[in-house]
Amino acid sequence: MKIPYYPGCTLHERARDFDMSAKESAKALGFELDEMPIWTCCGAVFPLVTDSVMDILAPVRNLSYASRMGDKVVTLCSFCYHVLKRANKVMREDPEKQEKANLFLRADTERRESIESFTGEDYTGQVDVLHYIEFLRDVVGYDEVKNRVKQNLGDLRVAPYYGCMLLRPAKELEFDDPEQPTIFEGLLEAMGCDVVDFPMKTECCGGFQIVNDEEIAISCSRTVVGSAVKRDADIIVTTCPLCQYNLDRKQEEMAERVQGFRKLPVVYFTQLLGVALGIDEKYLDFTDNYVDPRPVLAARCAVREG
Amino acid sequence: MRITLTGEAIKDELIRRVVELSGQNLGACYQCGRCSAGCPVVEDMDIVPSEVIRLLQLGQLEPVLRSQTIWICASCLQCASRCPKGVEFSSICDALRAIVLRQRLSEPKVDADEVTPAMVSDAPQMGVVGALRKLNG
Amino acid sequence: MESRIGVFVCHCGSNIAGVVDTKRVAEELSGYPGVVYSTDYTYMCSDPGQNLVKEAIKEHDLTGVIVAACSPTLHEATFRKAATNAGMNPYRVEIANIREQCSWVHQGEKDRATEKAIRVIRSMVEKAKLDESLDPISVPMTHRALVVGGGVAGIQAALDIANAGYEVILVEKSPSIGGHMAQLSETFPTLDCSQCILTPKMVEASQHPRIRLLTYSEIDEVSGYVGNFKVKIKKRTPYVNRDVCTGCGLCSEKCPSKTPSEFEEGLAMRKAIYTPFPQAVPNKPVLDAEHCLYFQKGKCGICQKICPVDAIDYEMKDEFVEEEVGAIVVATGYDLYPIANIGEYGGGEIPDVVDSLQFERLLSASGPTGGEVRRPSNGEVPKEVVFLTCVGSRDPEMHLPYCSKVCCMYLTKHAMLYKHNVHDGQAYLFYMDVRTAGKGYEEFYQRASEEDDVLYVRGKVSKIFEEDGKVYVWGVDTLTGKKVEIAADMVVLGLGMVPSAGARELANKLKIHTDAGGFLSEAHPKLRPVESLAPGFFLAGAAQGPKDIPEAVAQASGAASKVAALFAEQEYHREPVIAVIDEDTCAGCRVCVSVCPYDAAEFDDEKQIARIQEAICEGCGACIAACPSGSAQQRNLTDNQIYRMVTAALED
Repeated sequence: MKIPYYPGCTLHERARDFDMSAKESAKALGFELDEMPIWTCCGAVFPLVTDSVMDILAPVRNLSYASRMGDKVVTLCSFCYHVLKRANKVMREDPEKQEKANLFLRADTERRESIESFTGEDYTGQVDVLHYIEFLRDVVGYDEVKNRVKQNLGDLRVAPYYGCMLLRPAKELEFDDPEQPTIFEGLLEAMGCDVVDFPMKTECCGGFQIVNDEEIAISCSRTVVGSAVKRDADIIVTTCPLCQYNLDRKQEEMAERVQGFRKLPVVYFTQLLGVALGIDEKYLDFTDNYVDPRPVLAARCAVREG
Repeated sequence: MRITLTGEAIKDELIRRVVELSGQNLGACYQCGRCSAGCPVVEDMDIVPSEVIRLLQLGQLEPVLRSQTIWICASCLQCASRCPKGVEFSSICDALRAIVLRQRLSEPKVDADEVTPAMVSDAPQMGVVGALRKLNG
Repeated sequence: MESRIGVFVCHCGSNIAGVVDTKRVAEELSGYPGVVYSTDYTYMCSDPGQNLVKEAIKEHDLTGVIVAACSPTLHEATFRKAATNAGMNPYRVEIANIREQCSWVHQGEKDRATEKAIRVIRSMVEKAKLDESLDPISVPMTHRALVVGGGVAGIQAALDIANAGYEVILVEKSPSIGGHMAQLSETFPTLDCSQCILTPKMVEASQHPRIRLLTYSEIDEVSGYVGNFKVKIKKRTPYVNRDVCTGCGLCSEKCPSKTPSEFEEGLAMRKAIYTPFPQAVPNKPVLDAEHCLYFQKGKCGICQKICPVDAIDYEMKDEFVEEEVGAIVVATGYDLYPIANIGEYGGGEIPDVVDSLQFERLLSASGPTGGEVRRPSNGEVPKEVVFLTCVGSRDPEMHLPYCSKVCCMYLTKHAMLYKHNVHDGQAYLFYMDVRTAGKGYEEFYQRASEEDDVLYVRGKVSKIFEEDGKVYVWGVDTLTGKKVEIAADMVVLGLGMVPSAGARELANKLKIHTDAGGFLSEAHPKLRPVESLAPGFFLAGAAQGPKDIPEAVAQASGAASKVAALFAEQEYHREPVIAVIDEDTCAGCRVCVSVCPYDAAEFDDEKQIARIQEAICEGCGACIAACPSGSAQQRNLTDNQIYRMVTAALED
């Protein structure tokens, strides 16, 4: 089974471990992430002003490329999911913006002609945008995941961090309950972990403010990590390279600012999924993680360290 | 301290533009403050979200446009998600930023020239793109 | 019969006369065929005006009267009564609306308004020419009332109706009457002990010779119409023979099976065979088969063995009884909006976050902690307690759009009582607006901050979560523009009021209207607050909308007085201007039966024709419009009359 896959710019650069671990986990679960031959950055943020068509052209173009491959596209990064899905809704429901966006798409002939099977069709929302974990739950099935688990994760206490962009606005994204979501918990239980519910799992890590004024983001991320620590988590899992960076990489700064700060490893959920599925560590690549997760993985679940 | 309330200031064209751009009804806000209570970055703001709306309701646009608040917002959407009246402060914030950036009322908060290769190579590029689009236009 | 119509054109001060030339109108009409008397006057509804009508009826031997004035909803009854006094059948009086439908809407065009007034009156004259003398329809009436719901409103209504001299059946679905008021510790603003003021009424209701109490019972079916309802009531079996049971309580004492107590809102356990609270009325236990070891597993049976009077019988079955009543009062009360819907406040999973009814039980001397305020998690004394108003209410986006009215007051009460119990504790109350409109309420609220040091914080809490054994509250003080954080020991949520569970299903069974929130709809929001639009149904208490105890009691007495007024007549009288079917021309197609919203049209299998039940028809006209043969007609509004009215109005 192949599913069209949109990685997003960061997964090919700073978050290659996310991309690789997701692809390998997919293989182990019996499907293939079929990466789109042509794609661009999704734009990272969705415009909240009512008059902007330009701000959605990037995601719309990507959706239009995806429509050549099928009627679904799977993505991993929370921001990409958010932007693509919301842009998709605009194309489905706003006839004026849909027309204006298609004027641009039609003019973008040079790029389009280089794509095979270009049919010149307008984009009107033909594609459904899915998150990888929705695909696991609804198409592969968590039971199937459970069946294919090779590595016992022991009593590893895992805290799923949702962040913002997957859940909100809930009425539009319809991903899960915005205050008490459970989709990650289901997957982690199927993987055989102990799931840790922590109060800050849906609160913001600070997002792009890390580039503007990093103190703001460090403060937000510290609240998140601290909350998971208080609930005795061994490890946090994320689904967003920005969250990963803020929560993991910035623990150096958090430790500088707070005495006795207890560091906690943060990994992409597909990296942990890869561990559970017994995938070779070279595809999971923990070398980029600031707080090394391997000691706790080794301690809790007899995974080779180093 | 005194402010003079006038119908003219309340119906100021630029405030109406904020309403139009954000798609939000300022009159729907009954100042419960929940947006401020749940905002993850509120402690760094000089004017809290509910106050921003209050000032706009009172026709006081200037202090809002000069505030740090609109550049500190991380667009996490928690305010909009919890508002009992369905007012999306996050959209109002975007609209205020748009007005400042489009009319060049002040220098962009994140200077594109200052984004160093070092910053880019360390931070995930989605963060750089996001920050530049929201805070620089 | 020769038509002798009298026309009376009202000036209504300048309301009509300022636009319509009333003198000219009266003159024009005097020459119209069938009109023998025509005049104008300043205020027809006044005594002299009415006398004008009465005298003209006698002097000119009138066969019909047209009063050209304001809308019939205002004074049709007035002039019909005047006509009756003068010896004319009231249904020969017609109102021509030349105010709301003429002078008030054509103020800039006086000539055309006058012309229109003439046409309107002419058309009513044509109608009156063919009007028949009608008599109100009388149906026999059962002078017994049914009250559904045994909370304070239901109890009050039952007492008032019974004291007025009529029999009452009071049905309550839980094992005891008393409702939520019996769960409260003290009531605002007097801080009276709730049960102390309620139990005398409960006892009175149970001992009243005219009140029959059916607890642990539910309404199964209702049929019929006002004055003649047939009600089927399901009496759930308590598995206890109440005639023999002495209420000694030995069975409950020995019962090994426990389950969370509904009365204690889950803060304590009860037995499978239980009395909900010590002052329960009736004070006899019921056996809850769902949690009973005997019924679930075939074991135990201790209660039966130990009962000194052999009152327990596992073979008892639910009983169905049928009663006839003339009026039904619905007083089914309220429930709290479910905390499970509010994930950001813990969704009901944080033990130290309680709802208002739970807090009442903690405050109550007969409650699970003997009236000492203690943290449910560890039984310790809470030193920092946060109270939240507007939890779920005033939230059109996600929960309830309306204000639940009583929360500001009862949370103020909670904060005060907490401070009276824990003197060195700190109470915080988050509010958006403090609503204290009743008698003594504002003074009560001011006492809370002045005498009991309750800190009122203006802002709505965004998130509540547990950490380090505390309950963290993230709120805001909008008055200073700052986010506030409190590490509380306990949080009390002022959840909004919703209609009690099963109320909507019951309303559907009774075929009475509910509003968008599920509350019972009153016939008119201002002027008819205690009755439903459906005749014979009356409303009382929180079932009709959020309200406090004095309002519930007042409404109950109001509903009771309506019932008493209904019962004051021997028979029930209805308006005769309803549908009637010509038996000779009816083809028996049954279209009328299928369109009637009141089930008033019935099919006579013997004669193979349809018939309208006079006692039920509301005169809506649906069958008349639908009838393909024209056999269904409205009395005094026949197709022929309408045709003539239209012709007269359009003629030059």
